[in-house]
Formats: sequence, C-alpha cells, structure tokens
Amino acid sequence: MLIFEQGQPGRRSMAEAPGGSSAPLDFPAHLMRRQLPRFPEVSELQVVRHYTNLSRKNFSIDTQFYPLGSCTMKYNPRGAHRAASLPGFLNRHPLMAETNSQGYLTCLFELQEILAEVTGMAGVSLTPMAGAQGEFAGIAMIRAYHQSRQDHGRTEILVPAAAHGTNPATAVMCGYTVREIPVKADGDVDLDALKLAVGPQTAGLMMTNPSTCGVFDRAIAEIAQTIHQAGGLLYYDGANLNAILGKVKPGAMGFDVLHLNLHKTFATPHGGGGPGAGPVAVASRLLPYLPTPIVMKSKDFYRWSTEHDFPHSIGRLSAFMGNAGVLLRAYYYARVLGRAGLLRVAEYATLNANYLMQRLVDLGFTLAYPTRRASHEFIISLSPQLKQYGVNAMDFAKRLLDYGFHAPTTYFPLLVPECWLIEPTETESLEQLELFVAALEGILKEAAEDATLLKTAPHTLPVRRLDDVKAARELDVKWSYGEEKTRST
Amino acid sequence: MPYIPHTESDVAHMLSALKLDTIDQLFDEIPPDLWAEKLEIAEGISEMSATRLMTERAVTSDRQLNFLGAGAYEHFIPAAVWDVVTRGEFMTAYTPYQAEASQGTLQTIYEYQSMITQLTAMDISNASLYDGASALAEALLMAVRCQKKKSGQTILMPMQVHPFYRQVCETIVAAQGIQLQLLPYDEGGQIDQTYLAQLNIEGVVALVIPQPNFFGVLEEVHALTDWAHARGLLVIAQVNPMALAVLVPPGQWGQSGADIAVGEGQPMGVPLASGGPYFGFMTCRESLVRQMPGRIIGRTVDLDGKEGFTLTLQAREQHIRRSKATSNICTNQGLAVTAATVFMSLLGAQGLAEVAQQSHQNCEALIKKVSVIPGVKAHFNRARFHEVVLQLPVAAASVIHFMAKQNIQAGVDLQPFYPELTQHLLVCVTETKASADLSRYVDVLAEAIKLVVAV
Amino acid sequence: MTAIPRELKYAASHEWIRVEEDGTAYIGITEHAQAAMGDLVYVELPDVEHEFAAGEEAGVVESVKAASDIYSPVSGEVLAVNEALEDAPELINSDPYGDGWIFRIRLSDTEELNDLLTADEYEEQLAEEDH
Repeated sequence: MLIFEQGQPGRRSMAEAPGGSSAPLDFPAHLMRRQLPRFPEVSELQVVRHYTNLSRKNFSIDTQFYPLGSCTMKYNPRGAHRAASLPGFLNRHPLMAETNSQGYLTCLFELQEILAEVTGMAGVSLTPMAGAQGEFAGIAMIRAYHQSRQDHGRTEILVPAAAHGTNPATAVMCGYTVREIPVKADGDVDLDALKLAVGPQTAGLMMTNPSTCGVFDRAIAEIAQTIHQAGGLLYYDGANLNAILGKVKPGAMGFDVLHLNLHKTFATPHGGGGPGAGPVAVASRLLPYLPTPIVMKSKDFYRWSTEHDFPHSIGRLSAFMGNAGVLLRAYYYARVLGRAGLLRVAEYATLNANYLMQRLVDLGFTLAYPTRRASHEFIISLSPQLKQYGVNAMDFAKRLLDYGFHAPTTYFPLLVPECWLIEPTETESLEQLELFVAALEGILKEAAEDATLLKTAPHTLPVRRLDDVKAARELDVKWSYGEEKTRST
Repeated sequence: MPYIPHTESDVAHMLSALKLDTIDQLFDEIPPDLWAEKLEIAEGISEMSATRLMTERAVTSDRQLNFLGAGAYEHFIPAAVWDVVTRGEFMTAYTPYQAEASQGTLQTIYEYQSMITQLTAMDISNASLYDGASALAEALLMAVRCQKKKSGQTILMPMQVHPFYRQVCETIVAAQGIQLQLLPYDEGGQIDQTYLAQLNIEGVVALVIPQPNFFGVLEEVHALTDWAHARGLLVIAQVNPMALAVLVPPGQWGQSGADIAVGEGQPMGVPLASGGPYFGFMTCRESLVRQMPGRIIGRTVDLDGKEGFTLTLQAREQHIRRSKATSNICTNQGLAVTAATVFMSLLGAQGLAEVAQQSHQNCEALIKKVSVIPGVKAHFNRARFHEVVLQLPVAAASVIHFMAKQNIQAGVDLQPFYPELTQHLLVCVTETKASADLSRYVDVLAEAIKLVVAV
Repeated sequence: MTAIPRELKYAASHEWIRVEEDGTAYIGITEHAQAAMGDLVYVELPDVEHEFAAGEEAGVVESVKAASDIYSPVSGEVLAVNEALEDAPELINSDPYGDGWIFRIRLSDTEELNDLLTADEYEEQLAEEDH
C-alpha cells in the first residue's frame, strides 16, 4: 500500500511543523501557489511504520550475502558512518569559512594523498559524485590535454567489448566516437586488433584491469605502450580496484588517469543506488586539468584551490565539492585499515573469489575463463544448464533469492552467454561462502527435478516476477490523486 | 584484521582446496614488475582512535550560527527521517536490479516520483540525479536532444543562475558544441525583459528560468515562459523545492507550463553535510520522457497480478544503450531521495508551506533589523524568497572574516562572481533562526562594519 | 524455423523491404530480429518526408532489455510511417512482415536493391550467426 493511500484529510505529524506565527505571505498574487500539492496526510507513526516495513522488503549487505559482480558489496563499517555523521561535519555548510573548517579540510587533504599513493598517481580531485562522473572528468581531461597540444585530429576513444556501459556513454558525452576492441577467448584484450585500431585518430583507451571478465589482463604493459606510441592516453576505470588495491598501482601499469569508486573499494554504503563518489587521480602531465576545487595546503593552513591554482582545469562538476559525506567515510576506512589493512583487501577478496570459483567448478558449473585465475570476481556461464534443463541464468538468479541470497550480476558482461558475474568480497566468511555453495547445489538439483520451480521463482519474496513489458508499455510512474477512489470501488 | 573474518585455519583450508601455499600465488598472472614495492600510508588505527580523531576534526566546524544559503539550505530535519533512512536495509542495498528483492527501495522511489511531480506540477519525475547543478546540466543536454530538429544549440542562461551551476553546465556541455548565452539582470535583479525583447534568437533552443534566482529574487515566470514558447524555445525551470510549497509550480507557468523542471533536493530533509551527498531532481512533460536521463521506476503487476515496482524505460540508459544512451549516468542518489520522501511525508504539504513561510518571514525580519545599520540595505527591491543581497558600506569579505571569528557564518561575498557587486553579501535566513539569532547577527554585523571602517 | 518470405529483400542488419508495383517500398524488421529483441515496448519512427541514404539510421526499436537501431536499407524519401506502432509496438512481434511494417519509402535508386540479400542469402547469414 502506498503512503498516499494511508492518509486522512486533515491528519498531520504536528511535532514536525515549525510552529510560530505565520502572517499571510506578501508575494505578488500571480507568483503564489493556488493549491497545495497533494501529499500524504499521515501521522509520524504511520510514516515511520510505513518506511520501516518497506525497508524490510529489501535485500542488503546488512541482511544478506550480496555477491553482485563488479559492485563490491562489502561490509560498510558503522564506525565510518558515525564519524561522518558527527554534528561538526553534518551541519557544516559547504561555503563555511576555511578558518572554521580546518578539521574537515585536513581529512580531505589526507584522503587525496592516500588515494594518490594507492593509485601511483601525481594528483587527485575528490569532486566527482559517482564513478560515471569520474569517467566524464577523466575523458574531459584527456580531451583538454590533446587540445592544449593543438592535437585536434584525435576523435576516437577505444573501449574493450567487455566494458561497463558507462565507458562508451561517457566517451560520447565528451564528444568522441567509440570503437570497440574485441576480447579474446581467454578474457584478455585482443592485442592484434588493438594494434590495428590505433592511429592518429586515437585519443585514448578506457579499460578496467582486472576486467569485468574477472581476469587480470597480462599484456597491460604492451597495451599501454601501443596506446602511448600512437599518441593516446590510458584511462583506468577503477570499478575493480578492490582486486589489486595496494598490490598493483594503476600508475605502474601505464595508466594516465583513473577514477575510484569509493562506494566499492572504500566500503561506503551504496544507499539503494547512490550516493557514491568517484574521485579522479592523474599522472603529472594531466595535473593542470583536474576538476576543481581541490584541497591545498599552504604551510599549516588548508584551503580550497582557486582559479589561480588551476587555470586550465576542466572546471567544476558539482554545485559544491562532491559527496563530502562519502569522502569522510572513505577517509575513516582508509585510516582504520592503514597500510597493511589496505593490502589485505585485495588478498582476501581474491582468495574468496578463487575459493568460491573452485567450489562451483566442483559442483559442475562452467567457467567462462577456465584457464585463468579469478581476480576478485569470476564468471560462470549457465548455457549448459539452459540446454539441459531449459533454465536460464535469470531463472537461477531468481531462485537464489528464495534461498536468501542476492543474485550475482546476470547477463553482464554481454559477451558471455547466460552469465553470472560473482564477487564475494573479502568481508565474507568461509561459512558464508559454503552456505552459498550449498544453495547452488540445491538449485542445481531442483533444475534437474522440477525446472518449473526455477522458471516461476521467486516464491517467497514480497512479489513474484514482475511484468516489465507492462511497466514499459503502460507507463505508470506516479500516484494520481483520485486513484484511491477508483481503486476502492 | 579489520572487517576480514578469516582465521588462520580458514586460510589454510581455502589454500589447500586451491592447491596453493600462499595467497600471493593467486596473483601469479600479474607480471612481477608491476607489483607495488611499498605503500607509503600510515599503519591502521582502532575504531576508538579513529573516532577520536574524527571527533577532534569535526569540532572545528561545530556550533556555527549559519546565514549561508546559496544553494544549500539549513532546514530542521525531524529525527524520524534519518533514523528510518539509515536502517541497513535501505543504506546497504544496491541499485534495485533484482526487483523482487528491492521492493522497499523501488516503492520508496515511486512515492518520491509522485511527490516531486505533485510539488512541481509536472508530468514525470526520474529517480534523481547527483545534485542541483548536474541536474541543470543534464536538462540542457536533454533540451538539445528534444530540439534536435532545430538548427543551432544555444541555451539562454541568466547571469543570476547560481554561478557554480553555470560552471558545472559549462564543464559538462562543453564537449558537445552547446553554447550558453548569458542574459543580463535588470536593476531589480530579474531577467531583463527589455533585453529579451530585442534578442536575436537564431540558433536558440531553450531558456533557463531560475525561481527564485541566485539573489533570492522571484522571476516573472509566466511572462518569460510565454515569451519562450512563442518562439519555439523549451523552458527549463530551475527551482527550489521548498519555495514551491508557496510559489506557483513550474507546471503552471504561463499558458502551458515549463517543459523541464530541475533543482537541488537538499532542502527536503538532507543535511548540509559540506555539500553532499545531496540529490538533483528532474521532471518533465510526458512527451519528452524518452529523452530524460536517469532511472525511472514504474508500477506494474507480478505473475499473480499483485502490484509491484520495477525499473522501467531502461532502454534509454547506458547499460543497454551504451554509446547511444541519453546520459552516462548510472547511479541516482537513492539514500538522499529516501530521506526526502520520508521528510515530505512527515511535513506534509501544509508543513512544507509553513517552513517556507517562516523562512521567508525570518528573512524579511532580518532585512528590517539590519536596515538600521547605516549604509546597509537590501540591494534589489523585488519580491524574494528567504535570501537577500545586502548592500554594505564596506567590502563583504572583511565582514565575513570578522563574523567568522565570532562563529557566525555571515553570508556569501558576491564580488568574486559579480564584479559589479563590490560590497554585497548574499544572506539566507530559514525557519531555524530565532529572533535572538537575528539580533545577534545584526549586532555583530554592526560591530564588524564599524571595525572595518575604522581600519 | 523463422519465417523468411521469398518475395522480400533483406539487409544484413535484419530489415526487410517489399517493393510495390508503384515503385514505393515498405520496410520493417525480420521475424528473426523481433524474436531476438523480445516483446517490443517502443518504436521510434522516422519523420515523414525525411530523405535517407542507404544504411542510414532511420529509427529505433526497444524491448525491455534491449534497444536496436533500424537502418534504411535503401535511399529515398519517407512517404508514410506506421502510426499504429506508437500505441501498439507489439504488432512487430505478432506480424513483422504485415501489420508490423515500420515505414514506407520512395526509392531514389532502384539499383540499390541489387546490393541487398535475397531470402536465401539472408537465411544463410542467420545460419552463420547461429554458429
């Protein structure tokens, strides 16, 4: 039931009203609102109960194992949440004077330094508000770099076929055309195809390593050399940084610019689809173009950069300076983990992925890249199960929900048919992985005995499979006033 | 090991299943010369130490009397809002790709879309964008797509749109050949309609109308909307949602309403939090929905005919359309939107109107009080909403500096953004300010001016 | 077995074209293409009177999980579009070669028809794609 359907005319949560006198408004009549918007008319308890009950219809890290590939659904430390929610941070206006903001600015400055160190880059800007905005900033910097050299013929961005959809979409937003580079059967980029594709039109390459195929591209040094020799730059999509954090610095692989997904690698909550944060880090030749503002340190005073510090910046990306609350959580996380802890992230994420991969092979599942080590994630293809039982990857995923596990990423990357991309993360225990294996074992058995059970799954959730076609054809995207009357009759 | 549950025997068991001796062997496909030699980062600290460190840092910004606005507004947030929103099931869920396991998030966003369309009187709302500035930038790109049959892609951008918003728009539309043509403001701080009347609109596809504008001044939204529509331009409204509880909503501007309406959602229950996370809302006319960026949630039925919610119109988005998507945007600001939905439910339409009304009255009260200081007055004399440009007898920067030392955040110095406004301070007052706060502001401002004049 | 009417010509990008006696032609997408897309939810139609070059993007078909461009197999001016698809895109699913036609064009160069695939050739292409 919608919150709109629970109200009664005239009911209010009076404690929340501001109180005090309200003289009539003195705006010009033609600019005044004539009729109040139709909002729910409900009590405080109704609101709290409604949204608390809604929350219980969600799967989440706090309640379920959530092995969603390429999303790094690891534990979100409560300590980080409490730290970012301290009144001095929460009530701080973004334009508050620097003299009253030294503690806050210190955190951000040190976060910039930590991110530069783990990525092997020369400078960091924290302002991008999500991974996709970080990508935008990165490609805009590549563009600014070529333009500053009067190198106007570079019109094309290369993207491996396995790339996340934001990569090509970003390149187009930055005014580039996109050329896809095929991926070989072993999951690595097709180097021969890449060599044929590069030229004076190449502005750069966008790449994730380890890739969304769940493998580390072994030829990365040669890929970087190929791009650089053609005069292009390399963009690193940090979506999978959890796999190599501290072990391999993207700077050492030859990347010129990258973004980090703090909501993945640095354990900040995903919030049901945001907020995230996508800071960018650059090699020294791209420093002048970083998006602003950046936190600077002059003697012992921390301050925001001005236009004089970065006259060639690609500019501003957010109204203020990005998702500060996310940045503070990431800073806390980095401080608690420290040097050794950050290294352990990649080690145990990789251990969990490889162990789980081995256990699924034992069950008879088919790997997309059987000759390879898993990075922090791996792909299985359910094509054999589809052939044998007529049950596809989505059916398996939906049935897994009934077992109390969130499904892995399904049907991505697009180049592996009937695929699951599975990322357990380092914060899951061995027992949890075994429970997941046991669930899959059970589902395999069900597929053989009663395929319908899977095809009609889920059976135990608040709703069964939803009619997506109806949702798209008969667009219903808001409650309409008067609807409660037509529904009650 | 912080946040990692593995015991030594767990590791031994797992490695033996993999027929390996060490974890490092799992990285043996990575060429050895790429391995990092060292990490110059301090050793980790305990939760207790980290909490103490953060508390000491946070304190430097504590207990400020805040009169800053300029796009981020201090409104009271009821306790119930974030108490509910920070439940792990909301906070630690991901994008609702598995609809059956995400009905909580999906229904909440559907309710959010319903409330935002009510507030703006527009047809369709998306599930939100990053913030108000990026929402405006996305609206410009959307307007150009909607007008692709017209030649040219110039957008009329008033000077009194938030300067940071204009900068964000410049950054984001720069690569696509879209021009922003700046419009001057008149002596009342509004879009100069006599200037518009003689403007050559060749190549222009849309007009941005801020309401209220950066100066807090109300624009003549009906006349402007009709002017634009008569010339085949789209109208992009950039609005403060709190103001919409009392001001005519963009869907009712002029004869036929604005085409796209966007704004910063922060005033709806989201804390100031140093600038984010906030959320940008975006709404439009139904006929333009296919050009709208971002996620949209729809209501449908399940196999049993039971009501349920799901992502819809996904074919516009990057994960399907890739290089032909309407935008590269992937995330929305789910948690901030959840907060806004709870906030709007608690306050109700009447409560929002009261907050807006009291903010406005407090602002007018402050203007009256400061006007007794010689040389201080409201610079623009048109109707405004909870924010005002004060003209001072001295440079604003020095006043701000002095008042900051007294833990009063006095306002925004306008000179860096508007060189002609040499001694002008943008001041915001909301319902959170009591009469004593206003008096304190006036006293310290008077003192500051006296001191600066004396120097 | 997917239907591939003998009398039509085909583009490698899965459009069909049916030339009428008056020299105009109907264009749509093949049964194979609609089956691969799944239930269609939206069709973006070209503008009447628009002139296309052969191979130019003329519209888009969308299902819940995919979107695919429609390319004009030949050059010419659009004479009409199938407006019924605006409310009922599922016509393409139910009758791809009939009621599910997408637009009608006046060919500017009938020679171009020779560059298109015959039913046999298109069938061969599908067989190859299957491997």
